[in-house]
Order: sequence, then structure tokens, then C-alpha cells
Amino acid sequence: MIHQDAKKKFTAIVGEVNYLDSKQSLVAYSYDATPNYQALPDAVIKPRNTKEVSEIVKVCNEYKIPIVPRGNATNLCAGTCPLEGGLVMIFTLMNEIIELDEENLTVTVQPGLITLDMINAVEAKGLFYPPDPSSMKISTIAGNINEGSGGLRGLKYGVTRDYVIALEVVLPNGNIIRTGGKLAKDVAGYDFTRLMVGSEGTLGIITEATFKLIPKPETKKTMLALYDSLEAAGRTVSKIIANKIIPTTLEFLDQPTIRVVEDFAKIGLPTDVGAVLLIEQDGPLEVVERDIKRMAEICQEENALSVQIAQTDEEGTALTTARRSALSALARLKPTTILEDATVPRSKIAEMVREIEVIAKRNNVQICTFGHAGDGNLHPTCMTDARDKEEMHRVEKAFEEIFEKAIQLGGTITGEHGVGVMKSPYLAWKLGEEGVEAMKTLKMAFDPNNIMNPGKMFAKETRKRVVVSR
Amino acid sequence: MSTTNERQQELAIDMKAGMDYDELMNCMRCGFCLPSCPTYRESGGNEAASPRGRIALMKAVVDGIMEPDEDFEKQLSLCLGCRACEPACPSGVKYGHLLEAARDIIQKKKKHSLPVRMVRSLVFNQLFPKPNRMRTVSSLLWFYQKTGIQKIAQATHLTKIAPGNLSIMEKVLPQVPSPSQLKNRPTHVAAEGKVKQKVAFFSGCLMDTMFMDTNDATLFILSKSNCEIVIPEKQNCCGALHAHSGEKDGAKALAKENILAFENVKADFIVSNAGGCGALLVEYGHLLKDDPEWAERAKVFSARVKDISEILLAVGMPKMVLDEQIVTYQDSCHLRNVMGTFSAPRRLLQQIEGVTFTEMKDADRCCGSAGVYNIIEQEMSMQILDVKMEQAKATKARTLVTANPGCLLQMKLGIERAGLQKDVRAVHIVDLLAEAVKKGE
Ligand SMILES: Cc1cc2nc3c(=O)[nH]c(=O)nc-3n(C[C@H](O)[C@H](O)[C@H](O)COP(=O)(O)OP(=O)(O)OC[C@H]3O[C@@H](n4cnc5c(N)ncnc54)[C@H](O)[C@@H]3O)c2cc1C
Ligand code: SF4
Ligand code: SF4
Repeated sequence: MIHQDAKKKFTAIVGEVNYLDSKQSLVAYSYDATPNYQALPDAVIKPRNTKEVSEIVKVCNEYKIPIVPRGNATNLCAGTCPLEGGLVMIFTLMNEIIELDEENLTVTVQPGLITLDMINAVEAKGLFYPPDPSSMKISTIAGNINEGSGGLRGLKYGVTRDYVIALEVVLPNGNIIRTGGKLAKDVAGYDFTRLMVGSEGTLGIITEATFKLIPKPETKKTMLALYDSLEAAGRTVSKIIANKIIPTTLEFLDQPTIRVVEDFAKIGLPTDVGAVLLIEQDGPLEVVERDIKRMAEICQEENALSVQIAQTDEEGTALTTARRSALSALARLKPTTILEDATVPRSKIAEMVREIEVIAKRNNVQICTFGHAGDGNLHPTCMTDARDKEEMHRVEKAFEEIFEKAIQLGGTITGEHGVGVMKSPYLAWKLGEEGVEAMKTLKMAFDPNNIMNPGKMFAKETRKRVVVSR
Repeated sequence: MSTTNERQQELAIDMKAGMDYDELMNCMRCGFCLPSCPTYRESGGNEAASPRGRIALMKAVVDGIMEPDEDFEKQLSLCLGCRACEPACPSGVKYGHLLEAARDIIQKKKKHSLPVRMVRSLVFNQLFPKPNRMRTVSSLLWFYQKTGIQKIAQATHLTKIAPGNLSIMEKVLPQVPSPSQLKNRPTHVAAEGKVKQKVAFFSGCLMDTMFMDTNDATLFILSKSNCEIVIPEKQNCCGALHAHSGEKDGAKALAKENILAFENVKADFIVSNAGGCGALLVEYGHLLKDDPEWAERAKVFSARVKDISEILLAVGMPKMVLDEQIVTYQDSCHLRNVMGTFSAPRRLLQQIEGVTFTEMKDADRCCGSAGVYNIIEQEMSMQILDVKMEQAKATKARTLVTANPGCLLQMKLGIERAGLQKDVRAVHIVDLLAEAVKKGE
């Protein structure tokens, strides 16, 4: 419950209409895209500018009211589920492009701007913002920054982290700070910009962000290679990189995923092959043509069943769009879809996918895998039913084993979706107890009252490593 | 305990029993549907007014997290039922079915005031399902003016209708045919040349009375395109208005009558010329899925239904000519989102000599008509309509084409509201095609 005095202060700051506490509003902001998590906040608040954010935070700090900043809640780690109640803060009234600076090649925006709206605005000026999470149609910029989101173009161009150069942040005490700037070089003190990326709303509230942009690549070509075995696809990936070609996109789908995607997108994917690689290159025409030709040869050398180069932009877009819909298409199979993003060095992909298959079988659960072959970011996705408690238990066990294996192979528990609540028990597996301790110390320095998105990232109880019997 | 509370508890129990929980669970909450939802956009991004939000609200009621309070009913009522969220949903959630089920349950528990009951009964029981009455009540216009719906509405605040708008509404209603015209409806029309396709025509209730000219135009162009047409006499209103207003039983009864009427008619397809009707016809299979005697027959019926534009495109149109002009097209939500028809009407318009087809921005977004939505949720409806008119204006089109009577009236209303009567007209696509065929002869 929000204290009456606090409520009065909140409504004085944002106005009655921007403070919602009807039951309906509480329910509507009680979840995100993570299956099986739901908790009601005490109220929802819509600030209109940085100053209001700062004032709200000060009240929260005074009354020790938790704040959960929320973009559009597409995250998959229960990062915006208000587990400890409090205020959900939304940025629908802060979604403007503040400046598109064509001289410095930067764009400065408010936190609630939809990623795709920014991409469209930037591309209209012949510029390019490469990070493209599959959820970009609805995800917000601040959500992307706080999860450190990546996308299909990550292999060649990097992820959100590589493009954020300046931020305005409201700290948990209400102070407003600015980090970074429109600078290529800047070593004045700690790199707070980088610290905020992937901080999952636990360190402060982002109220403005500046991204660097690059010129828009002149051309783009897409191709699709089919394999009867995953190993052959894996070898192709390694060989392409060994040939010193960095494609924009190198995605793979395993067989069950292909079938479901085809069922949804109906673009003529063959459903009887073992694996599919979706490859894209962009840049100057000569380079694109040369690279695509060479990559097609490599696919053939590694025994691809067929290699098909999209003849038109529409064909290419249809292929990438289908890949983007993979997760949601899988969701058609069963009521509950649990997606993880275990990541391994790219040379270990085939081994990891095979191991996922073994683990799924051993635990008697259904797991499909697709992901970013180019950067080793895999999406093992489990189709299940949250009502079946016994099965859910087996699902959890399977994922534990998958994380275990990923780390064994030199990987990590999450490549782009963040830790949130979902993966907090496993954080120590990646960082070690000392690593988690150091992070907690940092968090306490910023947020001594633990009001910023409490319960996220750091679990109350850390999962002991399971011993996998082989 | 107060009566509202009791009512809410009963409603919660009915929701628990009556909602398809699997379908509620199928929503993975990815949010992909949000950008396509007009009420989400027009409410400035209110999650509760989005498809994901409404599904969460329904599920919360079923889960017992939330009472089905007045807010809840209002939120479901604010939904246009345009189903733009469905094609956007990669998980294939059947939002429309969830909405219809919830509205049906709420409707059954509703204690309407006497005048509202009278109006509902008049519309749902006495008028629409009775073809003869639809005809003898010589026109809907008459119905609007003479039954005193306007007075009842005002007296009961049933509709929050601004008198100004009602009078515009009356202005945009079409010229109604005379009772004698209404009586002599054809049951068979021969193809003009060699028969390419034999079709059965679903004539509809409103379409065969208030919009009779459009039905005649439909028969005319079908015949010109060498289709032989049968028009079964025993058919009835499709039931869409019932289904969307939570009168599911009424809709089912009508569905059965129609299945019977068309079952033994030898024809390749059942043609519909109104997006809203067609969409319910293709969903008879779902509507009657729990009725062992009818489920299979309903499925067979639904599989035969096609929109007029698809048929015309397939068989080929005679030469069509119009004066030089820009034409734009407003999708009928149900035609596009439920029947999946969107390119056929556009391609037909592009075939008309003299016409420059210009796509309007967000043509696929609901115009705000949505059955009786523009009367019940007038404020939101008009907000949506005014945005639509800006977009229509930007195309510089002289003719604004639609494929559903409700949308057509709404467009006409929009044109009046925007003061564009002199420069822009709204027409049903078959009326325009018929005009172009005649001019091309
Ligand atoms: C179908 C689907 C596909 C996806 N594909 C991808 C993909 O390809 N790549 C990828 O990386 N992710 C993907 N995701 C995950 C998700 O979309 C991303 O994490 C996205 O960046 C979240 O954005 P959002 O606006 O929804 O943020 P939210 O989910 O609302 O929030 C994410 C985090 O940011 C915090 N936050 C939000 N706004 C602020 C703010 N102003 N200040 C401080 N903290 C804030 C929240 O507290 C939360 O911790 C996918 C998700 C779905 C459902
Ligand atoms: S797109 Fe479908 S699955 Fe995703 S939130 Fe909307 S209804 Fe749910
Ligand atoms: S039917 Fe239309 S208005 Fe209703 S939730 Fe879906 S998109 Fe929104």
C-alpha cells in the first residue's frame, strides 16, 4: 500500500490523470513477457519529464517505495514484474526524438521511444542504427539499454551497448546526472554509461539517451542454406569466419523450429531438413556480391542440401521476418513458452545444440533451439504448460543443466535477455560468489534503500550447482 | 452484501466456467499486437486498452485476481472488436473468440433498464432475424425516426448520442427502396455469357433492405462477369451484430437457418459482399463447434464462403472505365483480419481505366464504426474517425471505397464531419465497379 501522504505528493507532481491505481491498471501492469510471473504493483505513474522523475524518486526514497521502471514489458526475465509492489513507472509520455544530429551522426531520444520508430526516423535520413532486437516493433529504447539488447545484426555491428554514448540518469536519491557525450574519446572517470547498460533498472532511471549512428549500408543480400545435419551448419559458420568474412547476420534454426516458423509464416521453408542457416551481408554492392558468392561456395563445400539467394528485397525481408517470428511461432505449440538465451563461443554451437537435445530427452521435455549462430547466442525454447507442476519441475532441471553446460563450454547464462528474476539464482555460476558480492556492493552504493527494481538480478537464494550425472 | 457485489461474484463464476482457459494461456504476452490496436494507440499507450491487457484482464477475472467490476466491463466495451490484433499475433491467439465469449457471459448477467431491454429485443429478436419484418419495416431510416429510438436514447442516456451526430447520421443513410421493390427480390440470375462459375449469393438483412441497390449492383456485376447466381430464399441475417453484442444464442440460431438454406444449393462458392457478414459466415464452424449435430455442417458451410472481390478477381471483370480521378480504399476490418481479403479489392480498383489508386496511410486500421460501436462508444469512435479522415484527405482521393455497410456509413459520417461533402464521396466497392462496368460498355 502506498502511504496516503506519498500518494498526495505523487499526484501533485504528475497530476491526477497520470497516477493510476484502479484495479484494472494494477492488473495491466503486473506482468511482462516472461511466462508464469505476475504480481500487482500498488500504483502506476506516468512522468512527463526528467524533473518529475527526479521528484517522484525522491518521494519513493523518503517512503521506501519500490520503483519498477517499465518500457513495454517485452523482457523475458521477469525484469518488470513488480514482485515487491510499489510504483510501476511508465514512459509513454516521454517518447520523443529530441535531436537528430547529422553532423555528429548521433540521435538523442527520450526513454519511452519505440525502437522501430527511432530506426525509421534515422533511416529516413540515410543513417543507420544497427541493433535490431526481434521485439523492436514494440520494445523501447530504455528497455533495450537496460537489458543490453542485441539483434540479428549483432555479429557484424555489435549490440545496444556499442551504440549508447551518453545518458541522462536519475539516481535513486533523485540526483540527475549526465554520462558520456557526443564524443569518440572520453576517459574522464568511471564509464558510467557502460555501467548503466544492462543494469536492468536497478541502478537508476534513464531519462534521455544519445546513440551514435553510422551511414546506412548501400545494399543488402540475404540467403538461405539448408543442411541435413547441424554439424555441417556449424562447420559452415566457423569456416565463414575463418575466411575473414563477417556477415551482418548468421542465424540458425533447428528442425522443429523450422517447421513451426513455416507453419506460421508460410514462406516455403522446407520442413524436413536438419538445420537452416540464414545469412545476410550488407555494404557496397561489389563487397556484398563477392561475400555472398564466397559464402555460398562455403555452404556448398560443407554439403549444404541447397543454397538459395533471395532475388529481391521482398524475398530477403520475408526470410528475416520469418526468423524474427521464431519465438512467437513456437508459442503456438503449447500454452507456456519458456525461452532462454544461453550463449557459448561460436565454435561450440553444434556441440551445445546437441547437448541441449540430449538434456531435453533425458528430462523428457520438448525444447527447440534457434539463435544467432554468428555470435553463439542460442535460444533453447521449451514448450510446456505451466499448470503441469511436475513437468515444470523437469523443465527447470533441464535449463539448469543447459546453463551448466554453457558455462562449461566457456559461455554465459544470458546473452541478451538479462538476469532479472529468472536467472538471478544462476548469476553466481557465471560471476562467482565474489563477483556477485562486488556487484551488490555497487548496487548498495547507488541505492542504499534498495528501492530501484528490488528483487531483480540478485536472488535471495543462489542455486547450488547441480551435479549432472553422465 | 450489496447486489453489485453479488452480481460480480456470479459473473466471476460464469467467466471461470465459460472462458477458454487454454486460449487465455496461449497469449505469451509478447506485446507484438500492441502497435496494431487502435484503442491502445488512441488511449496514449494504455496497456489495459490493448489486446495483451484485455486478455490479462479476462485471465485475471478467471484467476480470481480481479473482480469483474464496472471498469472491466467498460474496457471490454471500449474494444472495437476490429481484430487487427489477430494477424499481428504470432502465437495465433484467437482474441476475437475470447472477446465474444466474455461479452456473451456479461450480456447474460446484465440487468438492463426497461427501455434498453425493449430496444435490444426489438433489434435482436424482432427485427434483424425476421426478413419479412426487415422488409415491411420499410426502411431502417423509418426505424430510426419512427420507433423513437432517438427519444429513448436521449431519455435513458443509453447511447450518449449527441443530437448533432444523430442528425448527421440520418443525412448519411442511403435512399431507401420502396416496399414494392423490397418485396420482389430475385432468386436466380443467369450469367450474361458462358457460365464461368456458379455461386450462391448471401444477400444479408441490411444489405437486402437499406442497401438494396448495392445488392442489385452485386448481382449485375456477377452476371456481367459470367457467374450464374442463386439466391436461396430461406436465408436470414448472418448474426454478426448478435455475436458482437454478446447475443451468442441468437447468432447460433441464425447460423443454423443459413446453413440449412445453403446446404443443398449446388454452387462453387457462397458469395458475401459485406465484410462484417462474411467474417461471421467463415466462423460458423467455430460458433457451432460444440454442437454435435451442427459442427461439421457449419465447417463445410464456412469453407465455401468467399468475398465478392476474390470471386471477381478470379473470374475476371469486363472493361471498366471511370472519369479520371484518385481513388483510395478503406479496409473492412473483418474482411481483412478475419477473411484475409486485402489485395483483391485493391487490384480490382487498379483495373479501372481512369482511376489512379492511392493507398491511404493505415488503411488497414479500423474506422471506428465497428457495428454499433460508433453509437455506444461515441467519443473513441469519433476520435478514430477524425484521424482516418485526415489520412483520407492526404491521398487527395475523390472517391473513398469501402466493402462493408457499417464502414460505408461511418465514412460518410466522417466526410460530413470533416466538411468534405463537396470534394469526396464514399461508395461500396461493388457500386463503384458496377458504375465503371456500365461506363465501359
Ligand atoms: C518475442 C520477443 C522477441 C525478443 N527478441 C529479442 C532479441 O532479439 N534481442 C534481445 O536482446 N531481446 C529480445 N527480446 C527481449 C526484450 O524485448 C528486450 O529485452 C527489450 O529490450 C525490452 O524492452 P522493453 O521496452 O520491453 O523493456 P521492459 O521489458 O519494459 O524493461 C526491460 C528492463 O529495462 C528496465 N527499464 C525500462 N525502462 C527503463 C528506464 N527508463 N530506466 C531504467 N530502467 C528501465 C526495466 O526495469 C527492465 O529491467 C524479445 C522479447 C520478446 C517477447
Ligand atoms: S501478440 Fe498474441 S501472444 Fe503476443 S501479447 Fe498479443 S495476443 Fe498475446
Ligand atoms: S479487436 Fe481491435 S480494438 Fe480490440 S484489442 Fe484487438 S486490435 Fe484492439
